[in-house]
Amino acid sequence: MTELLSIKGLNKSYGGVKATDDLNLSIREGELHAIIGPNGAGKTTLISQLSGNVTPDSGTVHFAGRDITRMSEHKRPHLGMSRTYQITSLIRSMSVLDNLQLAIQAQAGHSFRFWSDVRKRQTVRDRAGSFAKEVGLEDQLHARVDNLAHGEQRRLEVAMALTSNSRLLLLDEPLAGLGGQEAAEMIDLLQSLKGQKTMLLIEHDMDAVFTLADRISVLVYGHIIATDQPEQIRLNVEVQQAYLGEG
Amino acid sequence: MNPKNTVAKSLLLLAVLVVPLMLNLFGFAFYLDLATRLSILAIAAVGLNLILGYGGMVSFGHAAYLGIGAYAVGIPAHHWLYGGMDMIASTNGFLQIALALFASALFAFLTGLVCLKVKGVYFIMITMAFAQMLYYLLVSISEYGGDDGLVIDTRSEFPLISLDDPVQMFLVSVLSLFLIMWGVRRIARSQFGMVLEGIKGNEARMISLGYNTFRYKLAAYVISGVICGFAGALLGNFTTFISPEMIDWARSGELMFMVILGGVATTMGPLLGAITFIVVEEVLSTITVYWHLPFGLMLIGIVLFVRGGLSSLLERGQKTDD
Amino acid sequence: MDTTLFVIQLLNGVQLGILLFLVASGLTLVFGILDFVNLAHGAVYMLGAFICASLTFLTGSFVLAVILALPIVALAGFLLERFIARPLYERDHLEHVLGTFGAILVIDTLAHLIWGPAGIAIPLPPYLDGQIEIWSGIVVPTFRLTIIAAGLAAAAGLYWLVNFTRLGMLIRAGASNRTMVSALGVDIKTLFSLVFALGAVLAGLAGMLIAPITEASLGMGNNIIITAFVVIIVGGIGSMKGAFYAALFIGLIDTLGRAFLDDIFKLFMSSAAAENSAPALSSMLIYILMALILSMRPQGLFPPKLR
Repeated sequence: MTELLSIKGLNKSYGGVKATDDLNLSIREGELHAIIGPNGAGKTTLISQLSGNVTPDSGTVHFAGRDITRMSEHKRPHLGMSRTYQITSLIRSMSVLDNLQLAIQAQAGHSFRFWSDVRKRQTVRDRAGSFAKEVGLEDQLHARVDNLAHGEQRRLEVAMALTSNSRLLLLDEPLAGLGGQEAAEMIDLLQSLKGQKTMLLIEHDMDAVFTLADRISVLVYGHIIATDQPEQIRLNVEVQQAYLGEG
Repeated sequence: MNPKNTVAKSLLLLAVLVVPLMLNLFGFAFYLDLATRLSILAIAAVGLNLILGYGGMVSFGHAAYLGIGAYAVGIPAHHWLYGGMDMIASTNGFLQIALALFASALFAFLTGLVCLKVKGVYFIMITMAFAQMLYYLLVSISEYGGDDGLVIDTRSEFPLISLDDPVQMFLVSVLSLFLIMWGVRRIARSQFGMVLEGIKGNEARMISLGYNTFRYKLAAYVISGVICGFAGALLGNFTTFISPEMIDWARSGELMFMVILGGVATTMGPLLGAITFIVVEEVLSTITVYWHLPFGLMLIGIVLFVRGGLSSLLERGQKTDD
Repeated sequence: MDTTLFVIQLLNGVQLGILLFLVASGLTLVFGILDFVNLAHGAVYMLGAFICASLTFLTGSFVLAVILALPIVALAGFLLERFIARPLYERDHLEHVLGTFGAILVIDTLAHLIWGPAGIAIPLPPYLDGQIEIWSGIVVPTFRLTIIAAGLAAAAGLYWLVNFTRLGMLIRAGASNRTMVSALGVDIKTLFSLVFALGAVLAGLAGMLIAPITEASLGMGNNIIITAFVVIIVGGIGSMKGAFYAALFIGLIDTLGRAFLDDIFKLFMSSAAAENSAPALSSMLIYILMALILSMRPQGLFPPKLR
């Protein structure tokens, strides 16, 4: 399998604290790669560096063979990577359809079109609708995001990442704050995406991680201490727990 | 949109056009002048609403563009009469307006490059500071009257239209207003407008979706400045007097208040705000020369107790989705 | 250019810088701790000047007037906080700006009603009104030095207050973590009122100090507030240290620019051209500097560590 994302020697410090410490990681095309680790291990900092929100101190990030270490955040989605947020980040004052339409239009050239009614662009509207359907929001197309249930917002978040023809999805705790039924729906959704997209999944829910992941990396104090198949990691994790007292 | 509302709005627009003309016909010329001033300020408010209302960029320096527009009429007229600066010395209205639009766009572009890099309070203060910079610049240029300002001897000249005629001046202003209201409404509902709304709602998200938000904000900022610059050119023609005082930050504050008073991000809001402002100013200032005192108290009261402005009282929960 | 003129202009620049710091420190204190944008801060500066003027005529002593006027401006700051700022803390900055803009109109008009449209000159006692020789042949007005000394003393007092007292500890803690301060059992509302009143005292003092030179006048607050904004933008909003250095920097640049830019221009252009362009450029100088600094450091020169 070819390598889609390659991280080499990545470092990032805040004050004296190393949030990312000589981190090396390689994500293969088509896999669902999960990253687990205790709180404060630097998982979100890692995602932020991959999405371009945070600039690393040193090291390199290559995506599809291209060095993107210092590329601006707004350019990366155009290469084919998109992210979801741990804390839901949507345009809350707008409708589900509008959110999806914005996500679709972000990929399709510029938006310096000042005159015709954007909500009458039927083809884009329809495409947005089909993404809503994919995550089970077809009945909420015109609802303001504000008025959606938390689980629905999480699914919209994933749908927005799907709209781009992204090869890589960076998923920052998609299950965070979801109840039993909602979590199960999200796991089904991610399962259905497996094979179509390469996914980097950060998640605290170990059951979900071990169900979904093709490979798992363990991140501790900003450093990857192990990368392996779920079964091996399961054994390995128990060893880690013995040392770290945490899972 | 509910049809009752549409009727109410159409009636309001009709009233803004017809009532002043009727009053003028019956000999109350004063009200025609008032309506002209109202229309011009409303144009500026519509321009400000584009960034403040739709884009969430709180500019406290938009009176600068009124000044730029007015000086773009006054300076060529001054040189036409007294010589110098042959390149722009003219009373040709098209040239003056082109100059007003160009200068506003340039000022908006250059200052936008700096102030759009920052957000929130920084943005408010920097827009204020740039307007003040222009204020001091105009004060320092003695050729154009410095502190005292300059009388415009000749209004902009157009074929077929004479701005010296108060009725024509009014018609030009009010029809420009309608046209610009319609234009900004189109922009707000266009793809560009949708991006602007998204940036207002969650800029970080728009960036991670792949939007270069800075460029969109800058474009909106320039368009907004150009609209206010146009209002300034009309204002110069209306008052036939220009002075740095037009850029005073109290003017920017009033403009901002009109937008907020009327309800941000609505088509009718700026007009409603301008009407309210003009009426209140007129009523209060006939009662007392110290009308700023009750006016200030009213502003405080509105901020403390009414949120969303007058428009929100007229149309609660308006949403233009489909 | 001759040395005396240069030294005097340098002192003028420092004096302007000190006054700017007094005004800007209150702004940055209130913004840093309360996250509140107070446009009416300049109005308090003006109030300080007018109240001091009235009290000088009432008591016959400028110094006594300053001492009596300080608690009055503190009260003004307190009232401003209680009735306008406090209800708006939870709202967004736009509403802060509009609410305090309303307050400016009210305060300005009240000042107009009480003190009339003309400026009021404040007579200085003889021991402050003279001139003093600070170097051989270099004579400067005593009162300019007094302003600088008083301003520096106030700045030092503020530094001591913020860094070495319990109130200062709470202020610093409150800036970074409001809930924590509340949890310490401190009445956060009282703390906020105190901070606001403190800011008012500093601005009012600046107004009183400048009034004997410029007169107490209606527009004075609105002129200085924007320059104070430039100061805190350049210094980094919420940073005391930033406000201090930026105030001195802006004060010196503005004063020296206005005084010497035409001489500098004459070095490389005709004197007519220099005399035309120098005033225009010097009036814009600090704003251009602000733009340059911001484009390189959007957070200002000394951004506060937290927030």
